[in-house]
Amino acid sequence: MLVFLASEVMLFGGIFAAALALRLEHESAYGAAAHHLNLWLGTANTAVLLTSSLMAAIAVQAARDGKPAWAARALWAAVLLGCVFLAIKGAEYAGDLREGLMPGTAQAHFEGTTQHLFMNLYFIGTGLHAVHVTIGLGLLVVAALNRQARHDQHAVLIGNVALYWHLVDVVWVFLYPTLYLAGAR
Amino acid sequence: MTEPRFEHPPEEAAISYLADGHSLRSWFLTTDHKRIALLYLVSITFFFLIGASAAALIRLDLLTPQADLLTNEGYNRAFSIHGIVMVWFFLIPAIPNVLGNFLVPIMIGARDLAFPRLNLLSWYIYIFSGLLTLYVVVSGGVDTGWTFYTPLSSAYANGAVVATIVAVFISGFSTILTGINFIVTIHKLRAPGMTWGRLPLFIWSHYATSIIFVLATPVLAVTLLLVAAERLIGIGVFDPRLGGDPLLFQHLFWFYSHPAVYIMILPALGVISELITAAAHKRIFGYWFVAIASIAIAVIGFMVWGHHMFVSGQSVYASAVFSFLSIAVAVPSAIKVYNWTATLYKADIAIDAPLLFALSFIGLFVAGGLTGLMLAMLAIDVHVTDTYFVVAHFHYIMVGGSVTAFFGGLHFWWPKITGRLYNETLGRIAAVLILVGFNVTFFPQFLLGYEGMPRRYHVYPPEFQVLHVISSMGAALLAVGYALPAIYLIASLLPGGRRAPANPWGATGLEWTTSSPPPKDNFTEQPVVARQPYDYPLAHPASRDDG
Amino acid sequence: MNAVLRRVLVWAALMVLLAITLGAAFLPLGAARPWIAYGIATAKAALILWFFMELRREGGLVRLAAIAGFVWLTILFTLTAADYLTRFWTG
Repeated sequence: MLVFLASEVMLFGGIFAAALALRLEHESAYGAAAHHLNLWLGTANTAVLLTSSLMAAIAVQAARDGKPAWAARALWAAVLLGCVFLAIKGAEYAGDLREGLMPGTAQAHFEGTTQHLFMNLYFIGTGLHAVHVTIGLGLLVVAALNRQARHDQHAVLIGNVALYWHLVDVVWVFLYPTLYLAGAR
Repeated sequence: MTEPRFEHPPEEAAISYLADGHSLRSWFLTTDHKRIALLYLVSITFFFLIGASAAALIRLDLLTPQADLLTNEGYNRAFSIHGIVMVWFFLIPAIPNVLGNFLVPIMIGARDLAFPRLNLLSWYIYIFSGLLTLYVVVSGGVDTGWTFYTPLSSAYANGAVVATIVAVFISGFSTILTGINFIVTIHKLRAPGMTWGRLPLFIWSHYATSIIFVLATPVLAVTLLLVAAERLIGIGVFDPRLGGDPLLFQHLFWFYSHPAVYIMILPALGVISELITAAAHKRIFGYWFVAIASIAIAVIGFMVWGHHMFVSGQSVYASAVFSFLSIAVAVPSAIKVYNWTATLYKADIAIDAPLLFALSFIGLFVAGGLTGLMLAMLAIDVHVTDTYFVVAHFHYIMVGGSVTAFFGGLHFWWPKITGRLYNETLGRIAAVLILVGFNVTFFPQFLLGYEGMPRRYHVYPPEFQVLHVISSMGAALLAVGYALPAIYLIASLLPGGRRAPANPWGATGLEWTTSSPPPKDNFTEQPVVARQPYDYPLAHPASRDDG
Repeated sequence: MNAVLRRVLVWAALMVLLAITLGAAFLPLGAARPWIAYGIATAKAALILWFFMELRREGGLVRLAAIAGFVWLTILFTLTAADYLTRFWTG
């Protein structure tokens, strides 16, 4: 499982490398473009996702301690927080659309090529991440519904699902400074 | 060939994996790693034929300085399809997915890979992406070359670029799954007593290859995704008009594709280590050096990609660093060549077809490697970049190296895989034909390149014609050399073909302790390993004196 | 220590780091800003890997597998940045 996760890390690596190249080439314009993102929504989402990760970790421990009911509760909490994350993300996308920051739409208008490119990267990066969040949510739901998994004191299924969920979290931890913090002023 | 040493005759053994079910379902839904290996063997042979047909078109067109067989567009499509099919659908899966799939579990004494169903899934993914590529061939082709350089691929190229990219993208999942499967299998399923120091070198090289599979392929995937997005919805990461940078594509592409060269060559190095020790009946010289060299090649191989970009506008300071690292990667490769030679020194050598393939491999690999060093030097590279010199160099490594090793390995393990012996005389003739044909084809290309013939052009000044004609003649000879094994290997399967004993070569290794072909679960009882690999003094009392 | 309590404490540490990185983003630190942001991100990732993903319970080999991806990314970033940063040193 961890080997697969290393592979996932590399998948996002390409996006980060692109962001790095862009930032190195257009230092100040990059910051200006990032400033248009909603830093507060991004921060809130970081907190939501970190908390969700905590819930997944607790679920693993509860299953190990032979408390299947608590494992299920923690997993559902993680699912709920994941949905909150997606909801905030959706609200943010809607806001971007209204402000004409979404590339490829009719009302899109940018202050310059760097901003255009930055928003492209932003949507590819967060979009790819959102896909992973959705997959992770599916896995969490499967684990929460699986009676056997809850009672498994080795927590094999829940453990692996949690590993995946943590990875999704780690990727976001790096997306946050790359996309949001770069624009704070 | 020596007589088998101790096994009971095949009749007494458990039912072989080939006899276990004859329905289509028992093949296409099998989770037996040996059957999946054969599925791969048939499919890569098919793709090899497609890639080879494209190569034949290219060589025929190059017989004359004018364009009289193919149009410009047609020529571009021919070499693109040749490159894409040969790299992603033949060379990368050839050794790991056929020989590796068959041998990795047997060599470590396991019943199957760690995730048998994942293994089958990876074959289906491979076939699906391969069919998508064929669709591209018939639906207008692709003319970007196998490298998909931007902005050509993103802004200018016509044809089914996106479909091709999707095909390569999907085939990447197949290799990632294989890589994960191998890594977990090698970690978790080794037989009792099979310590890391007792692993056959074939396993070490597949382990190194799997690392690259898992860590490099996703970068290619996301890069190709960005190119496809740029074509479809105008996302301009690689487009300078939008502030992007086409060179970034080259960075990301070669971060995958240079290690991909090692994906193609590392398993070949593992095969050669097995062939050499079996032919020499001798312990490998410097086991740990060879094993660690595989890992070193895998790791350093990730840090040299910039040498593909010396003339691209990359910073000269970065180029200097990449040049140094590229020269450094030659060290572990040279260690291997040195150790093989030392293994053969003063050995009791059996000159069979597999050894002839192995010796050709060493010669061609050294020639390819040394010209690689020349290319790693900044000053020389600037002179010969994008000429036939580069083409000849990488064909020496990929065809002269990988394909020769694949043929050698196929001959060596053919008795084990099929339970039949092939015609040894024809095998030796084929090995020599391939060596000669290969050199006649590609050596003139070094000369062409040094004199300035650029790659990917099909109209050229008349003074290059003599060398081009020689090269095309060599290609015809090479084609005969490749066709010959197809004939006698298939002939060995016909009723009346000679049955193979369990250990026709008198080799060590767990795969030779089980029957030929192996039973469904590989072994009738769980093997326990108590000896070093290549412990030939015990297997062959005659060569005990070499210590 | 109670296993659940430890996880909550780690979570609290993550939240504190989040607050710090957010605050630091507004300070006039100049060129040091991205370094601080990514340093804190790395610290957060390390906490998640070590405690939530339970690498603290695993052996060396598994830890190696887990960080391999990150190490390789470092190679990718370092050498790519080596190009972009030095490309304009010569006119």
